Amino acid sequence: MYMDSKKRKKYAERLKGITFLAPSGLGVLAFFIIPFFVIIYYSLVDNPVQKNFVGLKNFMSLLTNVAFSEASINTLVFSAIAVPMAVILSLLLAMLLDMGLPGKSHFRTIFLCPLMVPVASVVIVWQVIFDANGALNEIIKNFGGTAVDWMNSAYNQLIILSLFLWKNLGYNMVLFLAGLNNMPDDLIEVARLEGAGAWKIFWKIKIRYLSPMIFFVAILSLINSFKIFREVYLLTGGYPYGHIYYMQHFMNNQFEALNYQKLSAAAVLMSIIMVIIIGILFIVENRFGREVEE
Amino acid sequence: MQRKKKVFHIFGFILSLIFSILFIYPTVVTLADSFMSENEISAHYGRVLEKSADDGMMYSNGGRDTTYKTDKVSVRIIPDKVTLSQYVSVLFKSPEYLFKFWNSVKLVVPILVFQIMVALGASYSFSRYGGRIKEITFFLYIILMLMPYQVTLVPNFIVADWMGTLDTYWSIILPGIFSPFAVFILTKYMRRIPSSYVEAAMIDGAGEWKIFTRIYIPLSKSAIVSVAILIFIDYWNMVEQPLIMLSDVDKHPLGVFLAQINTGETGLAFAIASVYMIPCILLFLYCEEYIVEGITYSGGLKA
Repeated sequence: MYMDSKKRKKYAERLKGITFLAPSGLGVLAFFIIPFFVIIYYSLVDNPVQKNFVGLKNFMSLLTNVAFSEASINTLVFSAIAVPMAVILSLLLAMLLDMGLPGKSHFRTIFLCPLMVPVASVVIVWQVIFDANGALNEIIKNFGGTAVDWMNSAYNQLIILSLFLWKNLGYNMVLFLAGLNNMPDDLIEVARLEGAGAWKIFWKIKIRYLSPMIFFVAILSLINSFKIFREVYLLTGGYPYGHIYYMQHFMNNQFEALNYQKLSAAAVLMSIIMVIIIGILFIVENRFGREVEE
Repeated sequence: MQRKKKVFHIFGFILSLIFSILFIYPTVVTLADSFMSENEISAHYGRVLEKSADDGMMYSNGGRDTTYKTDKVSVRIIPDKVTLSQYVSVLFKSPEYLFKFWNSVKLVVPILVFQIMVALGASYSFSRYGGRIKEITFFLYIILMLMPYQVTLVPNFIVADWMGTLDTYWSIILPGIFSPFAVFILTKYMRRIPSSYVEAAMIDGAGEWKIFTRIYIPLSKSAIVSVAILIFIDYWNMVEQPLIMLSDVDKHPLGVFLAQINTGETGLAFAIASVYMIPCILLFLYCEEYIVEGITYSGGLKA
């Protein structure tokens, strides 16, 4: 009798737990999970109407597609530049705030400001500066240089980068600040008593202690760098030149053409890459977390 | 030793100052220039902003030559004459910009409200009850949260196509409601609520619903505010979803529209940009601590 009522209670509890999860769970199933399986299916057939199974043909044609490979390479190159800069600069900002400078809270407010300001509102300033007739070229001409059409040159990736960093550094900085705040003071105190210099404390203790956070910020920046489209679209209006044709541009073109096979294959491919990246993140977080706790 | 430290601090202060200027400069320019008259904007920036009106493409070099423009474009922070004329034009003469602003509100507010409502239940469930299946489900939410638009927009698009909601706000609002971001943050927060509270309530005879509404929700108030602000910024900024889901340009939110403004009334661009960012700036000024707290909670995937 006793066991039975306990079992029933457990069952009832589980049911209640599911009830609270149901709205969200059903929505996620309906809008993300189930259609994602449909996409996997679409990526394996010749088209959504005839539905002939073609195996990996869609993936093959995607990988040999010039626009797709260009978009992938451009996105990867951008990520390779943007991620280290996003990590190093935001760590630098967090360290600056952690130094105990006068006006610290004002500095923090200012560093966080771009996080809140919509990119769309400030692109106009970037346009005024970097346009062929823009402010930067006027300055260069004043010093006797020749004007460059920045947005239509190889430098355009750097302009996009500046906008990306401007927008994303604040978020990363807050994460690092939280990490620095959690750092036990006695650890540094002991090192200081043992005669370790500031440089040594920085590398051997602070960076080591922050390493899981550094890794997390790096992955977050990597994921954010894949989303680099908004900035390009707002800055160039959707017809980018050369190196700033990114993954999302390719996807948008496929949406416009309603090319379901290509869209699906690209989404599946991208999701596989993402799952690998996230898996690495989890493994490293577990391992590092344990090490630091010891 | 002390002197070395002092030099270090001065260096740090200067560096912070440089970063501050770089960070705040675009915002200040946009706000300040919104108080210029339309003629002044045209005179200072016309060579940059208005040439696109001729051929619809932005970076062609065929500038329109009219006499009143300065040859030299430089960024102005202080208007020659402070005037509200841009704002007056935006508010009264060109109501289409206000419609776009209203579009943004219509998209963001339902997502904000319902995403949090749905997420509260899910987070309660995740934090109150364990079990292997729950853990796997939560892991799935995290993966979904980290997926870029290139992946999630395709399923969203297909569902919208099936439901016939393409070109309506539902195509953006519905997936937005079930976006897992709020679930993630709120679960991490709720897991810290001590179980002794729940036990005490249960002894007093409180049921699940009471524990949820009387203990969990009130205790998570600050996390709810943090999440709400972060969701607001995210969707107020959105560009990708409207571009793909809404082919009707009249339905686009103001953010998307701002990208195309250069082909139109450039004299108003700064005022419109300012109107667009004012809600964000107000939120920031009043809720900075909540924003910091919300971001801190998003750090680290383990709850």
